[in-house]
Amino acid sequence: MKILVPVKRAVDRNVKVRVNADGTGIDLANVKMAMNPFCEIAVEAALRLKEAGQASEVVVVSIGSEKSAETLRTGLAMGADRGILVKTDAPRVEPLAVAKLLKAVIGAEAPGLVILGKQAIDDDSNQTGQMLAALMGWPQATFASKIDLEADAVTVAREVDGGTETLRLALPAVITTDLRLNEPRYAPPPNIIKAKKKPLDETTPEALGVDIAPRLQVLKVAEPPRRAGGIKVASAAELVAKLRETGVL
Amino acid sequence: MRTLLIAEIDASGLNEATAKALTAAVKLGSPVDILVAGSGDRAAAEAASRLEGVARVRLADDAALAHRLAEPLAELVISIAADYDAIVAPATAAGKNLLPRIAALLDVMQVSEVTAVLGPDTFERPIYAGNAIETVQSRDGVRVLTVRTAAFPPTAEGSAAAPIEALGVAPTPPLSTFVGEALTTSARPELAGARIVVSGGRALGPSESFDTVIAPLADRLHAAIGASRAAVDAGFAGNDLQVGQTGKVVAPDLYVAVGISGAIQHLAGMKDSKVIVAINKDAEAPIFQVADYGLVEDLFTAVPALVKALDD
Repeated sequence: MKILVPVKRAVDRNVKVRVNADGTGIDLANVKMAMNPFCEIAVEAALRLKEAGQASEVVVVSIGSEKSAETLRTGLAMGADRGILVKTDAPRVEPLAVAKLLKAVIGAEAPGLVILGKQAIDDDSNQTGQMLAALMGWPQATFASKIDLEADAVTVAREVDGGTETLRLALPAVITTDLRLNEPRYAPPPNIIKAKKKPLDETTPEALGVDIAPRLQVLKVAEPPRRAGGIKVASAAELVAKLRETGVL
Repeated sequence: MRTLLIAEIDASGLNEATAKALTAAVKLGSPVDILVAGSGDRAAAEAASRLEGVARVRLADDAALAHRLAEPLAELVISIAADYDAIVAPATAAGKNLLPRIAALLDVMQVSEVTAVLGPDTFERPIYAGNAIETVQSRDGVRVLTVRTAAFPPTAEGSAAAPIEALGVAPTPPLSTFVGEALTTSARPELAGARIVVSGGRALGPSESFDTVIAPLADRLHAAIGASRAAVDAGFAGNDLQVGQTGKVVAPDLYVAVGISGAIQHLAGMKDSKVIVAINKDAEAPIFQVADYGLVEDLFTAVPALVKALDD
């Protein structure tokens, strides 16, 4: 079975982002970028299935500029077999457009399973996997914390508000990853060099016949209101006295 | 046109997230219908019908909707979508799972985690873990929104109940089946709606400390218990207790952070709390930058002292 893993290039998780001077977006000049953390977990999940002999090939796909090829190379260095870059210089590609592009890629690749991150830590939308499942007419298991793959079905434990829920999906299916699914591996340096020789194909939204024009217009991006500075208290007793003054107790 | 709000229902009935999302739905300016979908959820429909400003409740009661799986639920909503130009759900695990599936079937770009409704098609939402607020205008004919419940007060019950109408469910071949669930049962208030939250971090290790240190304080304050990602990853607390960018977002009257350093991702889940207390022995911990009251002390002495001081 072939597993397709869509991955996104995003701001590194440790970067404290700033709104740009004209309030139209985030200042990304000279900011460290990396593979979105939930996408790393998705790559790891696919690789473990392959290493267990349950998958034949892991294909990573990314949508973005030439620089997204670096993100694909990260996936290849982790152990994925092949990469596909859907190249576009569009500044914003929304989840709906990403889902349509992935549908077109699936048309050519015919994977048995798609595993992707539940959300990207830049726009925090949490939509792409669900949208892709809808467009394909496939079942979905979002926020996965455990995956058991069989020949014609997959059993997934999901993180839900009250605890966990377990679903069994007919294949092909879409799974989105939550934090507890696994701890992604780091690619050792020799693999990073080897990854440069792995196949990486390029296509474009035009070639795939998908309109990626945004549906949402961003009117403004602003800093959130700042909290006023607080005070330090010397003891638990003083803390209780202060809290009683505020009336929250 | 009309707005459809998809009710959040759990084992105990209509969840308060519904009343909070209703507050946002009403701001769109059109009559609001509430969809109650499930199996044996008449009581939740009646509770929804009593909320102020609800035009009607549509009750889809069918065994195929038990466990509210995304695939049949999305089909159900699509079957009535022509009646609506806005579809809204709270940004709970269930809402986040379902709404994008509906949006894609309608060829609409969803607006996730709306924190302010500025007009019928213009919304604010946090991006980058709440480090920026984006104002977006939808160009789609139908708006599909999930609502961050911590940003809206719950709508109260009104004087008259809205009519409840039965909604038929067309059979569809199941794509997925429910196998089981492991839900935490707790006598404490629910994390998402609690007035006071006491959260613990990795410094609570070993895991028994959650029971011996955090629980007595939470009990004394009638508070819900939360946890940082580090504490959840270490197995000190269940995943459903995680507060943060990718866990639950809370805004209680009082948030007590115990042994939590204050990573960006955690702050994203609690920085809109009314009063924040931080207890941490590291005076440089970033949590103190958002705390109204900071106590620099070892939590294993400070928290028991706090419980005692509350009794005095």
